[in-house]
Amino acid sequence: MWLFLFTEMLLFGGLFVVYSVYRFRNPVAFHLAAQELSVTIGTINTIILLTSSAMIAMSITALQTKNKKLTLFLLGITILLGLAFLVNKYFEWGGHIKEHIYPGSSILALRGQGDVLFFGLYFFMTGLHALHIIIGLIFIAIITAKIFRNKITFNNYVLLENSGLYWHLVDLIWIFLYPLFYLIT
Amino acid sequence: MIYQKDTAEPSYLDYKGKYKGIFSWIFSTDHKRIALLYMFSILTFFAIGATLGLLMKFELIAPGRTIMSAQAYNAFFTLHGIIMIFAVVIPGLPAVFGNFLLPIMIGAKDVAFPRINLLSWYLYVTGVSLVVISQFTGQGPPDTGWTFYAPYSFRTAGNMLPAVFGAFVLGFSSILTGLNFLVTIHRMRAPGMTWLKMPLFPWTLYATGWVQLLATPIIGITLLMIVAERTLHIGFFDPTLGGDPLLYQHLFWTYSHPAVYIMILPAMGAISEIITTYSHKAIFGYKFMIASVLAIAFVGYFIWGHHMFTSGMSGTALYTFSLLTFIVAVPSAIKVFNWIATMHQGSIDLQTPFYWAMAFLFVFMIGGFSGLILGSLAANVHLHNTHFVVAHFHFIVFGGTGFAFFGAMHYWYPKITGRMYDTRWANIGLVLFFIGFITLYGPMFYLGFKGMPRRYYDYDEVFHAGNIVSTMGSWVLYSGLVIIVINLFASLKSKIKAPSDPWGGKTLEWTIPSPPPVENFEEIPTVTKGPYNYS
Repeated sequence: MWLFLFTEMLLFGGLFVVYSVYRFRNPVAFHLAAQELSVTIGTINTIILLTSSAMIAMSITALQTKNKKLTLFLLGITILLGLAFLVNKYFEWGGHIKEHIYPGSSILALRGQGDVLFFGLYFFMTGLHALHIIIGLIFIAIITAKIFRNKITFNNYVLLENSGLYWHLVDLIWIFLYPLFYLIT
Repeated sequence: MIYQKDTAEPSYLDYKGKYKGIFSWIFSTDHKRIALLYMFSILTFFAIGATLGLLMKFELIAPGRTIMSAQAYNAFFTLHGIIMIFAVVIPGLPAVFGNFLLPIMIGAKDVAFPRINLLSWYLYVTGVSLVVISQFTGQGPPDTGWTFYAPYSFRTAGNMLPAVFGAFVLGFSSILTGLNFLVTIHRMRAPGMTWLKMPLFPWTLYATGWVQLLATPIIGITLLMIVAERTLHIGFFDPTLGGDPLLYQHLFWTYSHPAVYIMILPAMGAISEIITTYSHKAIFGYKFMIASVLAIAFVGYFIWGHHMFTSGMSGTALYTFSLLTFIVAVPSAIKVFNWIATMHQGSIDLQTPFYWAMAFLFVFMIGGFSGLILGSLAANVHLHNTHFVVAHFHFIVFGGTGFAFFGAMHYWYPKITGRMYDTRWANIGLVLFFIGFITLYGPMFYLGFKGMPRRYYDYDEVFHAGNIVSTMGSWVLYSGLVIIVINLFASLKSKIKAPSDPWGGKTLEWTIPSPPPVENFEEIPTVTKGPYNYS
């Protein structure tokens, strides 16, 4: 599992390389474009994800101490927080698209290459990240169902631990995306 | 020789499981059955790829149009490249022989994750199917070559999406296989088998596993970017949108150069096993062999730039990449010396796999030396993108991996099938294959030196003679190939049953019956001696 997570890091690592190359080439445009992103939504989403990570970590401990009710409760909160993240993301993306900021938009193309690249990368990287969130949520939902039906108990919690690890990875990637897109202005 | 004992346990070929007929294969999680699934699919795609190559060579027999249009030629070399690289030589040795033999050679019952192993075969088939679908749907087949260079790869009308996505899926299959092997080697070695008692083939699979794991995600994301570029017009690599096509080349070769080592390292492992077995002598410099495998895998990450000497890089980058390219040749040379030193004073048993190993050494060295010519900056400017590169590449990849693949096939055939093959036809096939190979690719060095570019449909009259020789070579090579494959299939019905150790090998796979029982070992062996104990 750790090795698999390693490959995921490298997957995004490739994108971070692309990001840094283009940021180096278009410092001004990236600087200005980043100011258009809402730091508020980004920060809220960061808090949401970090909390959900804490929840799933606590749920593993809860399962180890044979507290099934608490485990299910914590996993439920994790899923809700993940969904909240996606809802936030939906409104954020919706706002950009309303302003005709999306890849392939002719209005965005008028603003110059730096902006096109910045928003292209923004949509691609956060999109890929959102895809990971969805996959992670599906895993967690399956595992919650299994715990509910007593298929996973305190002595075989490896699956829960693995999905926890995956969720932490999703979180970790966001920790990198957040400053790169929202904070460096 | 010890002949096969009558064991109570059925062999993996006769085993009756939950499913019957073909389902007992495609739903099997037995590493030996999955290995054979891989072998049949890889051989099928190899036949397709080789036929495409044959047709391309026939087109080049004379200048101008011979049998196909220029567009068809572009599609042919693209499909030939994608199939041969992503679907044949990258999974070739690890997925077939690695799957079959890795657990047996380290004394385990199966790989660490049998179901993931089967999943990776499904991903493999899905990936190749996508590539094949791209040929028959959309606005014509892809025509970019297997490298998918930007910006052409998102400008061409050809049907790139399924092809690129197929390569992406194949990458995942490769990652999962690598991951599986790494965990298997770390966790499932038999008691007593310390790292330095492990045979060399598992060692090369170990190094390969790391390369697969660390390099493949890069091509994954790069291919996804091409997909996004084509569908969403994001502008990663499109200069008109501010992107940089050169960045694509960097990302692409960051994977695709290490991928060359995914192809060649297991080949080197198989050759090590073959040479030491038929010399009846422990491999010379066992520890150096391991160190050089790891060195190749490590240095291999830092030399991708030598594919881009003429693309535009700073002088410092050029010198560095050139120097590192020369450095990576050193461990390969160490291996060649060690193989030869192993034969020295051994009692050599001249069998078909040993001949394959000799042929491997010959073509591998030509391939390696021509690689050094290409790695030197000044020569590269002249030779870049000529047939010289095509020749070098085929000598290393087809000559290296391909010869090792067939060598391994003849070496482990008795173990896998439980039968002996017809040695006379096997040798005839090999001789034809070898002669054809040299005749086919040898003239390409000359043609390239004279300036004939690669991937061109048409050529100047000056190059005519060389091309005729080369095309005739392709016929000999192909007939050799047909003989080899027919012989191997015909021998399945052979009456001569294989003993458990027909060659006098000392590694663990020769201690169990041929074909192996379902669980490999009746009792997990305890290893006390090194892998090549001939004393």
